[in-house]
Amino acid sequence: MFKLPFPPIAHYLMDHSQKNLPADIVPPYPGYTFEHLHLLGIADLSPHDIKYLLDRADAAISVSRQIEKKKVTLRGRTQINLFFEASTRTQSSFELAGKRLGADVMNMSVGSSSVKKGETLIDTAMTLNAMQPDLLVVRHHSAGAAELLAQKVGCSVINAGDGAHEHPTQALLDALTIRRHLGSVERQTVAICGDILHSRVARSNIILLNALGARVRVIAPSTLLPSGIERFGVEVFNRMEDGLPGCDVVMMLRLQRERMEGALIPSVREYFHYFGLDARKLKLANPGALVMHPGPMNRGVEISSEVADGTQSVIQEQVEMGVALRMAVIETLIETSDRLSQKRSKESKT
Amino acid sequence: MSEAPLLITRAHLVDPSQNYDGPASILIEDGKISAVEKSASKMNVPADMKVIDASGLHVFPGLVDMRVHIGEPGSEYRETIASASAAAAAGGVTSFVMMPDTDPVIDEVSLVDYVRRAARDNADVRLYPSAAVTKGFAGNELTEFGLLKEAGAVMLSEAKHSIRNTLTLRRALTYARDFDMLISKETSDPYLSANGVMNEGLNATHLGLSGIPKEAEIIALERDLRIAALTRGKYHAAKISTADSAEAIARYKDKGAKVSAGISINNLSLNENDIGRYRTFFRLSPPLRSEEDREAMIAALNDGTIDIIVSSHDPQDVDTKRHPFAEAADGAIGLETLLAAALRLHHNDQVSLSRLVEALSTRPAELLGLNAGSLKPGYLADLCLVDINRPWVCSEETIRSLSKNTPFEGARFSGKVLQTLVGGRSIFTDNA
Repeated sequence: MFKLPFPPIAHYLMDHSQKNLPADIVPPYPGYTFEHLHLLGIADLSPHDIKYLLDRADAAISVSRQIEKKKVTLRGRTQINLFFEASTRTQSSFELAGKRLGADVMNMSVGSSSVKKGETLIDTAMTLNAMQPDLLVVRHHSAGAAELLAQKVGCSVINAGDGAHEHPTQALLDALTIRRHLGSVERQTVAICGDILHSRVARSNIILLNALGARVRVIAPSTLLPSGIERFGVEVFNRMEDGLPGCDVVMMLRLQRERMEGALIPSVREYFHYFGLDARKLKLANPGALVMHPGPMNRGVEISSEVADGTQSVIQEQVEMGVALRMAVIETLIETSDRLSQKRSKESKT
Repeated sequence: MSEAPLLITRAHLVDPSQNYDGPASILIEDGKISAVEKSASKMNVPADMKVIDASGLHVFPGLVDMRVHIGEPGSEYRETIASASAAAAAGGVTSFVMMPDTDPVIDEVSLVDYVRRAARDNADVRLYPSAAVTKGFAGNELTEFGLLKEAGAVMLSEAKHSIRNTLTLRRALTYARDFDMLISKETSDPYLSANGVMNEGLNATHLGLSGIPKEAEIIALERDLRIAALTRGKYHAAKISTADSAEAIARYKDKGAKVSAGISINNLSLNENDIGRYRTFFRLSPPLRSEEDREAMIAALNDGTIDIIVSSHDPQDVDTKRHPFAEAADGAIGLETLLAAALRLHHNDQVSLSRLVEALSTRPAELLGLNAGSLKPGYLADLCLVDINRPWVCSEETIRSLSKNTPFEGARFSGKVLQTLVGGRSIFTDNA
């Protein structure tokens, strides 16, 4: 009898009542294994992979909510956080995730100092590689940097943001947050608002939300939209008033003022007036629409404090989901890498 | 030292300068072509000659590459005059113009002189220096066009720099006219293309890289063309990459302006999809464009709008290429693969063999007034013998350039240079 490797897609994307999910149990998909050694971008993942990671993250949430928050699955493993760009949130989220799994976590904030000394990205990576880490978490200001590293080092690499390319764990944790609140990602209308041009979060989210069957809108001034964005499977709006009605989720992006080369927007005042999310604009979206922000927020620039701290905001929860999701990703990648190295050693014996 | 006369028999000669594409025998005496006939039996051949039986092979006039960057002086670890010459010889290139963007910049008579002497001592192929248009590429003061020409500079160029000040450009083109000097220029609006690292569009957005819009090229080109028409100076758009640019060049040629255009072999062979996932060897200037643009460029080459094809040979080593895409340097080597990559267009029935030879050899020689690009009797015996069907694979180990940044690593080609002659003397023989 012919058997499908996966359950039919409709079943697979079906709503999923997380509250009844027993902790620590990963829903089985017959015949499925996660095959990626690295997490470099959402674009590399299939909907199955995404779903699998979200399910595992769901199970990991309970760990963070226990009094005893530590697992031992990664005891003896070394995780290095290599951050070429300053980041408090993402770095501590990864650090906590690794530690809660029992790994030894080392933080390397390279900043610009080493670069000024003439050391290249590859040199830094090779130095770290010689320390035999099991996992490298990388953030870099250039698109493709994580990919380049993954080619050169012998361990799993997680992209924690590369230039304006991707930030996969952020998109995954956003999806996890949406799923827990609205039951599913499928068919939700999600508006991503603000600086799409410089945003890796937007790119990862657009790909992921589309993969899970959401309707995605982007709302931004035309100067902050990258070329060809309309071919990403999104509806494009230039006014919040046009784009927000009917939205179930409003995802605000940080205005990356440090990346504004030249005249992209005339002033913060005008930007907030037209694109900042305040209570009046939020009322245009569906009642109870979720307000999300990847942080750190510029209050009064892209979002008003009233909305950021309001009842519809799930911004704090995103942070919590971040730790759980990253635990799931780290665990999954280490498992893949163990499986592959076992396979390799078996092959070399035969 | 005078070489014995040499007879190349039973070759298939493609020589656009004589409008000839057919069987031929070529007699070489004293480093020059002395006779070309359909068959050697019609010639008065000297008794003490050497004979090359070129059955099954094509003979082309040696290629003339109008755009080659070299690291000597200043960055000899990337490429020396000797290594560039060896690479050129292996690619059938017998003459090339060296760009002035060395360290120091070639903007003085003494430096032109230095390059010529270094080339005389270290290069087997003919190396022609070009000189900067403005001192130090600063865009302000003109260099000494007349004296530079007398010293041996064949062309003026700002290499990868643009001349931002339109008045400077006007004066340069006007003054160069008096010395009949060609100014070759890259055309990219420095403001529109700022921070851009690849063709603007869906691919760039996917990769999270900043794009260079096509408009950056046409805006700079239109400005240059207007100034060229105004000054009646000889202007050459070094590397165009878009259909709009070709249209503009054609328009100004129709008006009778003394303008010409070149294209990098990379923009004829590759498109932006080849960048794949951040392959920095495909980071080029002008950037690789879309497939539609590549096809438009082939059409423009066929209708004569584009005059010449260059390798745009630009050696970069791992220090400048092994970086994230946005931080890597532009450029690719190309001397050794120029002809093979061009022959792909012939094998795909896109461009005729004679049109390719014209664009690779005859026309660039004409533009610069060099004794090259033709195998008429009296011309220098610079030529290459090519098996246009021989398969080979480009691999890093066999590359003669000191830098290995070829976008054709692992590429399969049909067509290999088997022997290269400069002044009747064999400087390269394929031993494989």
